[in-house]
Amino acid sequence: MAKHHVHTTINGDPIELLCDTGETLLDVLRNQLNMTGTKEGCSTGDCGACSVTVDGRLVCSCLMLGVEANGKKIGTIEGLASGDALHPLQQKFLEHAALQCGVCTPGVLVASKALLEKNPDPTETEVRYWLAGNLCRCTGYDKIVRAVMDAAKEMRSA
Amino acid sequence: MQDKVKSPMSSEFSVIGTRPVRPDGVDKVTGRARFGADLNMSGQLVGAVLRSPHVHARIVKIDTSAARALDGVKAVVTQKDFVSQSNATTNFGEGTLNLMHTVTNVLAGDKVLYHGHAVAAVAATSSAVAKQALKLIKVEYEVLPHVIDVDEAMAPGAPLLFPDMITEGVKPAPTTPSNIAKRIDIVLGDVEKGFNEADVIIERSFKTAPVHQGYIEPHACIATVSEDGQAELFVSTQGHWIVRMLCAKLLGWDINKIKVTAAEIGGGFGGKTVVYLEPLALLLSQKSRRPVKMVMSREDVIRATGPTSGSSMTIKMGATKDGRIVAGEALLKFQAGALPGSPVGPGCMCAFAPYDLANVKVIGYDVVSNRPKVAAYRAPGAPISEYAVESVVDELANKLGIDPIEFRLKNVAKQGTKAAYGPKFGPVGMAEALEAAKASAHWRTPLGKNQGRGIAAGFWFNIGGETTVSLVLNEDGTLGLTAGTPDIGGLRASLCMMASEELKVPLEKIRVQIGDTNQLGYNFLTGGSRSTFSSGMATVEAARDIKKEAVKRAAKLWELPEEAVEWDAASGAVRPAGPNAGKHKPMTLVDIAKIAGKTGGPIVGYSRLNAHGAAPSFACHIADVEIDPETGKASIVRYTAIQDAGRAIHPSYVEGQYQGGVAQGIGWALNEEYIYGTDGKLQNAGFLDYRIPVASDLPMLDTIIIEVPNPVHPYGVRGVGETCIVPPLAAISNAVSMATGVRFAELPMSPPRILAALDKARAEKTAKM
Repeated sequence: MAKHHVHTTINGDPIELLCDTGETLLDVLRNQLNMTGTKEGCSTGDCGACSVTVDGRLVCSCLMLGVEANGKKIGTIEGLASGDALHPLQQKFLEHAALQCGVCTPGVLVASKALLEKNPDPTETEVRYWLAGNLCRCTGYDKIVRAVMDAAKEMRSA
Repeated sequence: MQDKVKSPMSSEFSVIGTRPVRPDGVDKVTGRARFGADLNMSGQLVGAVLRSPHVHARIVKIDTSAARALDGVKAVVTQKDFVSQSNATTNFGEGTLNLMHTVTNVLAGDKVLYHGHAVAAVAATSSAVAKQALKLIKVEYEVLPHVIDVDEAMAPGAPLLFPDMITEGVKPAPTTPSNIAKRIDIVLGDVEKGFNEADVIIERSFKTAPVHQGYIEPHACIATVSEDGQAELFVSTQGHWIVRMLCAKLLGWDINKIKVTAAEIGGGFGGKTVVYLEPLALLLSQKSRRPVKMVMSREDVIRATGPTSGSSMTIKMGATKDGRIVAGEALLKFQAGALPGSPVGPGCMCAFAPYDLANVKVIGYDVVSNRPKVAAYRAPGAPISEYAVESVVDELANKLGIDPIEFRLKNVAKQGTKAAYGPKFGPVGMAEALEAAKASAHWRTPLGKNQGRGIAAGFWFNIGGETTVSLVLNEDGTLGLTAGTPDIGGLRASLCMMASEELKVPLEKIRVQIGDTNQLGYNFLTGGSRSTFSSGMATVEAARDIKKEAVKRAAKLWELPEEAVEWDAASGAVRPAGPNAGKHKPMTLVDIAKIAGKTGGPIVGYSRLNAHGAAPSFACHIADVEIDPETGKASIVRYTAIQDAGRAIHPSYVEGQYQGGVAQGIGWALNEEYIYGTDGKLQNAGFLDYRIPVASDLPMLDTIIIEVPNPVHPYGVRGVGETCIVPPLAAISNAVSMATGVRFAELPMSPPRILAALDKARAEKTAKM
């Protein structure tokens, strides 16, 4: 079976690759590009560990085919920090101890960034409903919600 | 932030009790951290597992020839490729170990015992080839009748999983086989006498559903075995020494042949204390001479790993009018899954442990049925038995018209209390937790319409165990700390803080890692809430080792006897012990590091110990629920977890443990369950239908940390990770019962179940009118 030729942009970098028809974007990221920051928790779009943005829109990369990335701008956890500076969300997650095992963290951060780009001043309820697609089994979400709201506050005043 | 730490002596420390950023934090927020599935090796193959489509069947024949012949298939294995094991059970950590059962769960032998039971494994050049190869393995099955429910499995005439299983712990031994693997009896005093003194007796039966640990990272590993038999395994596990031992025994290899490196672990909660894929990956790699990577699907995680037991229980308790509990009796029937080894033992031990009782009788049964074999889950067994007991305690308090906190305080376990399972408690924080609950703002907050409030106590004993830690003083005076208990939720931060406190070295000067099995002596696994306690104890000992060595080196330099040199704790430097020792400028570890070479060579602090004296942690939780009378949905509107930490090294991660335990307990109480069809097949093996709490299901989870120091630990640490999952089940059940006026005795209290109870109560009310 012939592979598809895909031109895409990941975290601002032009990427050219070949992928099988059935290969998900998650497989492409993890297995072809060795970008393992994006995690696989279920492969059925239920856990959000594989969250990425596609042209700014939050997507489970396990539910999208690699070929669909053609011509799109993909954002992953590896693109969150810029240079030496962590993204305010990353910094607040550390300060609030909003992670324990950390496996859901990349997806939660990517989803939170997408939220704050859309809604810079979310209520607690808005944060909770936006993140309802990102499962965390360790934290009970308390510190995650606090960290997101604190980061939002800091970003608004920046 | 929640800064509520109730401590008698927190201020004596400079680092302990603060909230620094964890040392492994940046890697985890940038995607750099390497979890079980994140390592790739050159030339690696993909390993895949063939699983049983049947619930209970005899394996007549397995033909792997067509799979082996497929291009790209490099190895195929069945149970015959493992060393045969004898059916012997030994005590091990928080549970027991039977290697015949271990190998049978890794790959089925003559029978498959549950839907999804592993039967064979392949290694191939791609995942597509591996999948095709699995289809080519021909297994001839003879389907057998199955049994799923624990009460049905115990009934005479039930289909037997093992025709030779004679119940252990019964004298004289039964003459006929059954699905009851074991009976446990715990007796204290005389319950009959106790019940005779009672003014009120309540007896009630309970059922709980099995629930999965639900870690977000599926089981994953990569193995490579060289031509000379040297093996390396990178794996997501709670205990890499345990993985090494189990793999060595199953494969018949010497332990030194296997080096295991613990990946960052994406949650475990007890579920990653056993082996599933690891021996398969090693064996497939040995046969193919290529690295083999194996990752479980979520569906396989749910249907073939974990969960914890479902149960059927009866509790009987009696109390006097003035509120003294005079007797407690429990019958606990726990599902073990397809192989013996449910946590009914700890379930029995913990059932009545929050109370100082004279008369206790507990009978526990470990029962097999055609479900996945259970694995440890956070305080294994305790949430189940304490849920039932705490529900009856609540009912007793109601019936006697005594406030539920006062009723518990009248009977509370304290220093000197003899627990029914044997030990006499040292200083414990149960009464302190109840008092803090009573004094909390939550307890005084008025309830709204359709709301109810419940409280419950909780107990877990905690464990210690074998531990090794090394602490290297680098040439520039910075330090390298290596521990061997995998860090799941902030351990490295806590260990760094203890070393920093002890040596007065800034946190950023200490680099901490979890070492592989070749870098340290044996370490028992991360479980039993033991890591901060045991590895912490060893870290402090290793740091003290460094201090002793620093004194020795300075003495040598100054040409003084060692007694004339001392460590000054305030400044973190060695100095002459008194005016008679001469005028030498105090030396910090940076100075000592510079002279290490000429005063005897490298300086390494080392501690290897078996950590005794793990102290129990007690908790009291308050839960407020609101019931939607139309749908039966229960929502948590307010929650406070109060627990004794002994000492909170990093309070944020202690709070995090409390909050995480509460969230899992909420899922267990309201939502999570394994749903089986009459065909014995699991119907909800995915996160869509096995629904763990999501962010929008929960409110903020308040915490109050109590500190009653554990006298055995240098900083007073108790384990905190497990007790916090114990109280939520009963606290929520008691709250739902209060809100609805109907006493609930079955978990989960899912909307259909609550609605049915409400409808029944409404119908009864109408009938009376």
